[in-house]
Amino acid sequence: MRSAKYKTEPLKCWQKAKEIRENYYKNYAKAHEKGGIRWAGGAWSFDAIPAGLGDDVYPITSEPYGASVAWNKEFALECQEAVERAGYARDLCSYMRNYWGSVMLNKYVFGGEFPTPDFIWQDHICCSHAKWYQVVKDIEKKEIPFFCIDVSVGPYEQINEHKLNYVVMQMHDGIEWLEKIARRKYDDEKLIQAVYNHCRSTSLWAEVCALNKMIPAPLDEKTMYSLYVLGTLQKSSKVVADFYQELRDEVKDRVERGIAAVGNERCRVMTDTQPPWAFLKIFRYLEKYGCVSVGSLYTFGLIGMWDVQEDGTWGPRRTPQENGIEIKTRDQALRTLADWELKKPEWQHFYYPHLKSEMMIRIAKEWKLNGIMLHYNRGCEGLSLGIAENRIALIKAGFPVMSFEGNMGDEREFDETRTIARIDAFMETLGFERLE
Amino acid sequence: MVTVGIDCGAKETKALLIEGNKILAKYSVLSGFDQKYAAEEAFENILKKTGISREDITHITSTGVGRKGAYFVNSSITEVGANAKGILFYYPSVRTVIDVGAEEGRAIKLDERGKVLDFAINEKCAAGAGIFTETMARALEIKLEEMGELSLKSQKPIPMNAQCAVFAESEVVSLIHSKTPKEDIARSILDAIADRIASMVRRIGIEKDVALTGGVAKNIGFVHSLKRDLQVELFIPENPEFICALGAALIAAERALSPSKEGGE
Repeated sequence: MRSAKYKTEPLKCWQKAKEIRENYYKNYAKAHEKGGIRWAGGAWSFDAIPAGLGDDVYPITSEPYGASVAWNKEFALECQEAVERAGYARDLCSYMRNYWGSVMLNKYVFGGEFPTPDFIWQDHICCSHAKWYQVVKDIEKKEIPFFCIDVSVGPYEQINEHKLNYVVMQMHDGIEWLEKIARRKYDDEKLIQAVYNHCRSTSLWAEVCALNKMIPAPLDEKTMYSLYVLGTLQKSSKVVADFYQELRDEVKDRVERGIAAVGNERCRVMTDTQPPWAFLKIFRYLEKYGCVSVGSLYTFGLIGMWDVQEDGTWGPRRTPQENGIEIKTRDQALRTLADWELKKPEWQHFYYPHLKSEMMIRIAKEWKLNGIMLHYNRGCEGLSLGIAENRIALIKAGFPVMSFEGNMGDEREFDETRTIARIDAFMETLGFERLE
Repeated sequence: MVTVGIDCGAKETKALLIEGNKILAKYSVLSGFDQKYAAEEAFENILKKTGISREDITHITSTGVGRKGAYFVNSSITEVGANAKGILFYYPSVRTVIDVGAEEGRAIKLDERGKVLDFAINEKCAAGAGIFTETMARALEIKLEEMGELSLKSQKPIPMNAQCAVFAESEVVSLIHSKTPKEDIARSILDAIADRIASMVRRIGIEKDVALTGGVAKNIGFVHSLKRDLQVELFIPENPEFICALGAALIAAERALSPSKEGGE
C-alpha cells in the first residue's frame, strides 16, 4: 500500500448522526407508548406541516425505510418475494416493494411488528408516490386517513403565482384535514418554526456538499449517504437542523486543515441517482484507484436546496432568516415552504431530462470531475427516465461517462462482478491504475 | 523482447506470444472451472510451440473476465483496453471496435493511439453474445458452425421478440413447431443478436473505420446481419478471438519499457 497523499480522520459527529437515525425509527415505533401520533409519507412530503400538530408527532418516510430494508439483503428478499406472491410486478419501485413487503410480513426492519401509521401524509410527483399509499391501505386492510398534495406543477423556472397557489391551497386544505383526523388544534407557531428548520436543514446540507468542491474532498459519497439521510427523515426538526450546522462546521474545519475523505485522492467522479444500497462497497472499491465520488445529483439535490451565487457558481440557497424574512402567518409559512420545495433540484428532472443533464454538467465542472458514473437503475423509473440522453449530454460536455446496471433496492438485479469490471475499465480509460 | 498476453475469457482462455511486432504463437483452451489451470495450460503451450523458456519472457499481461486467476502474470488490463490496443495492430485506421465474445458484447471508441474514448457493454444477459447462439443451435439441433451458413440461405426475415436466452429458446421451439424453415430461424436468431449489438454500438456512436472482434466474429451469418443493421463495412482480423490477447501482449511490451505504468491488480 502506497503512503497516503492527504491526511484523513473520522468524522467527529458520526456517532451523533447514527443516534439521530436510530432514535427516529425507535420513536416512530414507540409513538403510541408515549401517547403520540404516527404518520407515514414520502421523504418529500412536507413534514413541516404535520409538525404543527405537536411535539409528539412522529413520521416515517417511506423511501429511506425502503433503503434501510435494502441494506438488509436477507430481509429485503423476504419483502420482495412477499410482494411478488401478492401479485405485484417486479419492475415496480423497489423502495415501494420493500416497504410493502415489510407491511405484508408485519415485520419492522428495526425489530418487532410493523408500526401502522395513524394517518398518511403524502406528496405526489414521482410515478409511485400516490399509488404507494393507496396500496398500503389495501395491505393494512384498514381505513387509514390519507391526504396527498400534488406538487407536479412543472419546473421551478416556469413557476408562477397560479402554480404556487395550487400547492399552497392544498396545504391549507391539508391542515384543516389534519386538525379533523388528529382532533387537535393546529399550532401555527410550531409550523413556522418547522419551516425555519426545514430551510436551515436543506440549505446547510447544500453548503456541506459545496465544500466537496475542495481538493481533497472532505467527504465521500458513501459517507454522505449516512448524513444526508437525516434530511430525508425529518428535515423540519430542530435536531436535524442543528446537526447539519454542526456538520457544516466540522466539514469546514476539515477543509481548512486539508483533511481528505480518501487519502490518495487523485481522481474525482460523481454519480447520479440512488445507489445500489446493498452494494455500497463499490464506492470503497473506487478508492483502490485513488478515486473519490464527491457526491451525486441525488445526494446533493434530494434534500439540498441550491441557488446560483453571485459569482455564478452553485451554492446553498439563502434561508428566509438569512434574507431577513420573518414568517408571521400560516399562509406565509406555507407559501415560503412551497416556494422553497418546488425549487428542489431532484424535482426538476422529473419534468425534462435535459434539466438533469444541465445540473450534472454544472456539478461536474464546479467540482472538477474526471468522470461520471450513471446508475441504470431498474428500481426507479422516475429518476432513470432519460438517463441515456443524460449520458450523451455529459459526453458532449466533455466528461467521460460509464454506466452500470442495478437496482437501488433489489439486490437480485445487481451484478457485483460485472460492475467491478466496468469500474476497472472506466478507471483504465481515465488513465488511473490501482494503487496497491 | 518477448512478451505474452493471456486473455482469460468466460469460455476460452487464449494466450499469444509476440517478439517485437511479430506474433510467434497463439493457443486457446477451454476456461472450464479452473481459471488458473486454463491460464497455465495456454501459457505452457505457447512456450512449447516456440521453444522459448519462461525465463525469456520479459513481461506477461493478462486480460479477460478471469484475469485475476492468472497469478503468474506481471500486470493486467481490462478487455476494453486490450481490444483497443490489439485492433490497431491490424487496422490502424479503426476508431470503433465491436467485440462479441461468449458472454459479453462490447463497443469501444478509440483514438489513433489506442486510447479508449468511450465504451459500452451489453446488458446483464448473454442474449447479445455467443452463448445465445450456442443455446439456439441446440434448440435447432444443428452444429454451431453451421448456423452462419444456414442463415444466409434464408429468404424471409422473422423478428424475434424475446431477447433473453431462456425465453428466446421457447420462441425458437414455437417457430420449429410451426414448421418454420431452419434457415429462417437461424437468420432470425442472428438478426436478433445483431440488432442488440447494433443498439449498443449506437450508444457510443459509430465512427469509421469499424472492426469486429471476438469469437462471434467468425459467424458469417452474424457478420452479414450486423453489416446490414449498421450499414458500415466491418474490418475483421484474422483470428478475431485473439485480439484481446494480442492487445495484452502489446501492452506488456510497453509496460516492460515503462515499469512505472504497470497496472498490476
